Formats: sequence, structure tokens, C-alpha cells
Amino acid sequence: MQSEIIKRTVELFNSEEIVRAIGWRKGDFDYDLNPSIFKSSEDLEKNFVYNDFSSANLSKFLIKISQKEDGKTLVFLKSCDTYSFNSLLQEHRISRDKIYIIGVPCEENLDPSKIKAALGEDVLSMSCDGETVTVETLDGTKTISKSEVILDRCLACKSRKHVVYDELFGEEGEVLDSKRFDQVEILENMKPEERYSFWRTELSRCIGCNACRDICPACTCEKCVFDNRDSGVENKVATNDFEENMFHIIRAFHVAGRCTDCGECSRVCPEDIPLHLLNRKFIKDINEFYGNYQAGDDIETLAPLTRFDAVDVEPSIVKTRENVK
Amino acid sequence: MSVKEKTEFQPKIVAFCCNWCSYAGADLAGTNRTNYPANVKIIRVPCSCRVNPIFILRAFQRGADGVIICGCHPGDCHYITGNYYTRRRMTLLFSMLDFLGIEKDRTRVEWVSASEGGRFAEVMTEFTNDVKAIGPNRKLEDLRCKAK
Amino acid sequence: MLTLNASQLDEFFALIEKKRELYLPVENKTGKSEYKRWVEGDKYSTALRTVKSAKNFFFAKSENLYDLKMDHKNVEVIDTREDIKEFVIFGVRGCDVKSFDILDNVYLQDPVDTYYKNRRDHGLVISMACSKPATTCFCALFDIDATSPNGDIQAWNVEDKFYFNPLTEKGDAFVEEFKECFTDEDSKPVEKQKEETLNIIERLPFVNLNMEGFGVEDKLKAIFDRPEWEDLSSTCIGCGTCTYVCPTCQCFDIKDFNVGDGSIKRFRCWDSCMYSDFTQMAAANPRLTQTARFRQRFMHKLVYYPIKNEGIYGCVGCGRCLVSCPVQMNIVKVIKAMGDN
Repeated sequence: MQSEIIKRTVELFNSEEIVRAIGWRKGDFDYDLNPSIFKSSEDLEKNFVYNDFSSANLSKFLIKISQKEDGKTLVFLKSCDTYSFNSLLQEHRISRDKIYIIGVPCEENLDPSKIKAALGEDVLSMSCDGETVTVETLDGTKTISKSEVILDRCLACKSRKHVVYDELFGEEGEVLDSKRFDQVEILENMKPEERYSFWRTELSRCIGCNACRDICPACTCEKCVFDNRDSGVENKVATNDFEENMFHIIRAFHVAGRCTDCGECSRVCPEDIPLHLLNRKFIKDINEFYGNYQAGDDIETLAPLTRFDAVDVEPSIVKTRENVK
Repeated sequence: MSVKEKTEFQPKIVAFCCNWCSYAGADLAGTNRTNYPANVKIIRVPCSCRVNPIFILRAFQRGADGVIICGCHPGDCHYITGNYYTRRRMTLLFSMLDFLGIEKDRTRVEWVSASEGGRFAEVMTEFTNDVKAIGPNRKLEDLRCKAK
Repeated sequence: MLTLNASQLDEFFALIEKKRELYLPVENKTGKSEYKRWVEGDKYSTALRTVKSAKNFFFAKSENLYDLKMDHKNVEVIDTREDIKEFVIFGVRGCDVKSFDILDNVYLQDPVDTYYKNRRDHGLVISMACSKPATTCFCALFDIDATSPNGDIQAWNVEDKFYFNPLTEKGDAFVEEFKECFTDEDSKPVEKQKEETLNIIERLPFVNLNMEGFGVEDKLKAIFDRPEWEDLSSTCIGCGTCTYVCPTCQCFDIKDFNVGDGSIKRFRCWDSCMYSDFTQMAAANPRLTQTARFRQRFMHKLVYYPIKNEGIYGCVGCGRCLVSCPVQMNIVKVIKAMGDN
């Protein structure tokens, strides 16, 4: 697949259809691919990689490029990434006419840290062939079944469908029945005290870096309120373990109704905090209260928090509903 | 004040009131000499939809035990649609706070019109009693802002 | 060499904890390890690295420096420091131990940071030699011997035995204090493990990177002006994860909080040069683009710091940024891109 994609992209470079491409650049290992800008077909031919570790969602990088640079940019989007793209388009953060999208097919991505946890840290290379992942280590070759090392977010993949593209490699996929709210439901069925202690354990690991926010394709403010000294909520200093509370609630709230559930926040968290559960809780609530809505599905439907209905439920429903303890 | 009232827990309650209905409602409660608990501190906002979720969390961080948002009845918003947005936002926010294990009775939204002075007092009394019953807020408190 | 059976480890910990505070890496619920205060039942994690480095013990992520109490025109400064109990950090890897030296160069030089020094004086470091380095490790590049780490006491874990060797006076005193725990045994297994580990380290992919041109004043301007900075930083999201997991990043910010009763609490916390709101003391951040901020971080570690500190690089090769960066950009890629001139 990689060679076909490169071949086609080189054609586009040569026909001057595009002037740059944003893709995944070869790293020192198979798994440490750096989202990067390719400015020539030579560079792309030599360094572009599309494999099981091309997990990074490239849509957010288009904001900076399409605002500042001239000429058409090519971007490679997996199915989940296309939702983020649509969402950015809807909010006028990127210009569609300056972007050429190649939709790339996505099986599940693999999680390097799961592989390392299972087979050791001395990994030299990883490759996946069908259902088996073969890993070269300093200790020799080892194998593990693919199903054990799939990225968490891909285990609850919501859609294999590319909602927007100019060109698509592979076959058109379908929206899946993902069961992605199962974990949220488990939490909802706990007692409040149990939920509190769950989140306390999780959030107390937060190191206060901003990876979850900065990688998020929906977090696109020029200046985040948490970076603004004058906002009064700048969050650099925490003195107890649970002060990240506010940041995480507001981070999730600010993308409520706009989050496409791409799962980048949890993927990049250095402490493996399941941040996507906060986002999914909002999505689940929105579906329940205001009808099913998938951000990025199309660019016409207004996001749930930017519209209303005269007969909406009252906030007191939080106290009276029966499906949450 | 009776001895009992002095020794029992006195919560700090922040009430965000919209300028056009609820604040006028509070005013009416005052002119009618209707009592409502002194625990309630009112913050006037132009419209209930001016209340950013950050305000609510900030109030809790800085030591509030309960936060209530009051606005015009749906359909009566001075700015036509403001309180409809409030309703959606607060429903989601409160649900999230519940998801994090924060007590449900610490937050509330009530629609109080300018003519409902009596109701304003009733709502505040009821809310204050609810918060009294669950005790001081510990889960969302910011230790930095606490004097020794 | 002094030895201890693995089965006696918990007893040893309990004994230390009776007299001091003991911190050590323990596996958390995600299966990664993190430093925590030992309590009965905690198992020492032999994982190669903790997510966060050990710098927090000396250079705190956030600390209350002092309070100010205002009474009309009088301002009272209240020292909020509490007496620190003697503490022991167990199981610090060679790279993290080296990072303490790098922080010392900053915080113990005149003017001495008394907050830092206070903690340094009260802490005792028991390091742990590595036996299974990861392919993302490159401490050998900075002349760190992971098989024989520094610290007050160095330790090895060979099969079900722990070996200890005190290196400093403080270490000697500690060993003396707890001498009833140890037996004296032959150190051959340690030598054997060292040899095997060094053999692995030799085969690690990044231990022989070309460092030529870094840390030299003559080349400073040339490296600063290299066009590669632009491409390397083009997708840097400026999140600061690298600086927070880094054992040698040492920048801090000062924040005041108005308590509301006329007093102010002043805090110091970690800061990151990757942030747009970094170094705002004179009006604004002088580094306007992410490229400039990105360059600053690596120039500091690879050029500025060694120029000021006799050629010691501001990186210890722990490999944390290689694992944690959300866009997989890291110091190794920078060295590779810049070092081939």
C-alpha cells in the first residue's frame, strides 16, 4: 500500500497539482513516525511511511499550513481523521480548496507501548503480517498476536468510512457498531464515591503537560484560556493531586459536541489517563438528550451546543434520570 | 441568630442571576421583606448564558459549597434565546460533574422571573438546605487559595 | 560486597521507613512505574524507567516559596518551609542520578537555591544498575555507565539478590546504620552482570551518535542558523511533555495566588520553554515562533549548557522524550539531523 501511495503522490508532485504533502516521516524505528511536511517528491519517496504505526491524526497541522502557506497541500487521512477534517472545515479553520485529500485505508493501528510491555524494551523493529506481529529485539526475533497489541482507541473504532476525500485508496468502509460507550456505562453504574475515586486515581497521575489539548484537532483556539495569564485560571501550579480537575473538565467541555472521538488525547497521554472517557461521556449525553450526533459526519448540521430546542430537557434531569446511579 | 444556627455548617452559596429576571426577582424578594438565607451571595450577569462553566468550577475551587444559576423562564429571555443555550450547557456540565463523582446537589439551574420574589426566596432556601445536608465541598476545592 | 536477599527487601524497606521517608518506583495501575512513598505492601518495580523522572524530589513540580501578609502598609513575609525529614530514594537509574549533577550545576552555584539545597542535603540516593537497557536508551553517549551508577550508594539486582556499594560518606553512614540487614558476599555475579549489560549497551542504536560540533562555542552560531530547525519543528505542537518528563529540564515559573484575606501565596512550579507563555518577565516571550522555542530547548541542552559547564551536556540519554513525545520528535532526531556536518 505504501508504495502505491508514494507513486500516486509523486505523480501529483510532478504534475504540480500539489506543492507539499503532510504525512508520516520515517523515524529511527518502525514505530516512531513523526508527522511531517514533505516539500519534494524525492523527500517523500525516501522518507514517507504508511504502516501500522501511522496513528497520528494529521488534520490539525493543516490549520497552520492553510492559513500561512500558498499552494495546495496534500494530506493523508485515515477514516477517523476525516471526521476531524470535516469538523475543522465546518468551523472555517482550514480552506478546502487548498487541500488535496488522499484517504488511506485503515486496519487497526498498533500500540508500541503494548508491544514493549509484552516483549521487552529492547525492540529494534516491529512489523505486522496478517494476525502476527513480528518483533526484532536485541534478544532475537519474537512474535505476538496482533489482537493483543491493538491501540485502545482502535478497539472501539466507530467508523471505517472516509467522510471526505479527493482520492481513496482501498475500498470504501462503513460506520461500525463500536460499543464505544460501554466503558462510560460501566462508570455510570458505579456509585458516585467509586467514580470519584476512579477519577482521582486517574487524574492524579496528570503531569500537567498539555499534550492532550495540543494534539486535539478540535482544540484550535489561537490562545487557550489556560495559557492566558489574565484569565485567572492559568493552571501551571498545582499543589494537590486533584487540581487538574478543572483543566480536564473544561478541556472536555470546550470540545463537547465538536469532538469526533478520534482518541488522540488518550493516545498521546504520557501517563495513559483515559481522557477519551470524558469526551465520550459528553457524546453519550448529547446523543441521549439531543438526538444522535456525530461531529464531522457532514459540514452542514450545527453542533449541539450551538443550537437548541424549546422542549429540551431541564438540567434537573441529571438528578432524576434512572440510568445513572 | 439562635445558638443552633451558629454552630451548624453554614455553606457558601454563589448565585449567578440574570439581570432581567432573576436579579429583579431577588430585588422583589427584598422589597417584599421576604427572607432568604444569608449564605447566598448573588453575582449579577447580563444573561444566564453569560455564565461560563469555568465560573462555576472557579467558584467551587475558591471555596463555594454550592452554585446556582438563575435565569428567565425559557421563552422569556431578554436576548430571546440565551437561556436555551444555558440549559444545554448546564445539563451537560452537571452531568459531567456527576460523572466525576461530585455531589449532584451542589449545582442547580432555576428559572425565576422578575415577578417571582417569593419563589426566589423559596428556591434559595431549598437550595441552601440541600447543600447544608451534604456538607462542605471538599472535592473541588483549591488548596492554594486557602489561608492557613 | 554487601548483599541482601530479595525476600528480605520489604523488611529492609520497613526498617528504613521507620527512621526516614522512603521513596521508590512502584508499578501503577497502567503497568508503568512511578516513584511513590513506600507503604507496607508496595513492591519495588524493576521497570527500566519511571514515566516521570526523579528530579521532582529535589526540584519540586510545585512548591510554596513563601506567603505575604498585608496589613495596610505593612507587608509581612512568612517563610512557609516546613522541616524536611531525611529521605531515601531507592532504585534511581544511572541516567537520573547523573541528572542531579546537572541540576546541581544550576541550583547549587552562587546564588545557591536554598530550597533545592535543603532537599539535596536531606536526601540519600540509592541507585540501581541497569541490566536490561532499552533500545531507546543512550546514556552511554554522555559517558554514563548504567552498570555502575553514581549516587550515595550504588546497587545491583542480580537474580534474587541485591548488592550494595556505598560511594559517599553519607552512604557509608547509612550502610553502617543498617548493617544488620546486610551480609557480605562475593561480588562476582555483579561483575558478570556488568559485563553482560555492557555487551548489550554496545549494541544499542544511539550510543555512538556523532556529537561533533555540539557544545563548542565556535560552532554555536552555525548550529543556531541551521535551516533544519524549521523542518524538525514544523509539527511540534508545543505541549511541553518532553520538558515535564525530562530529568534535566530545570526552568521554573513563579505564580502568586491571592487568598482573599489580604495574603498572597507565592509558588514556584516547573515551566516549559516550549510554551508561548514562557519567560514573560520583560513584557513578552522573546521567542515568537514554535521553531524558535523548539530550537531553544535543544540548543540549551546540546550547546549552551556544555559551553557553560565544562562540556557536560544537558541530556542524560534516559530516552523518556523518545517514548513520550506525541509527535515522535526528540533529541536523537535533532542530533542526527544536526550532527552530520
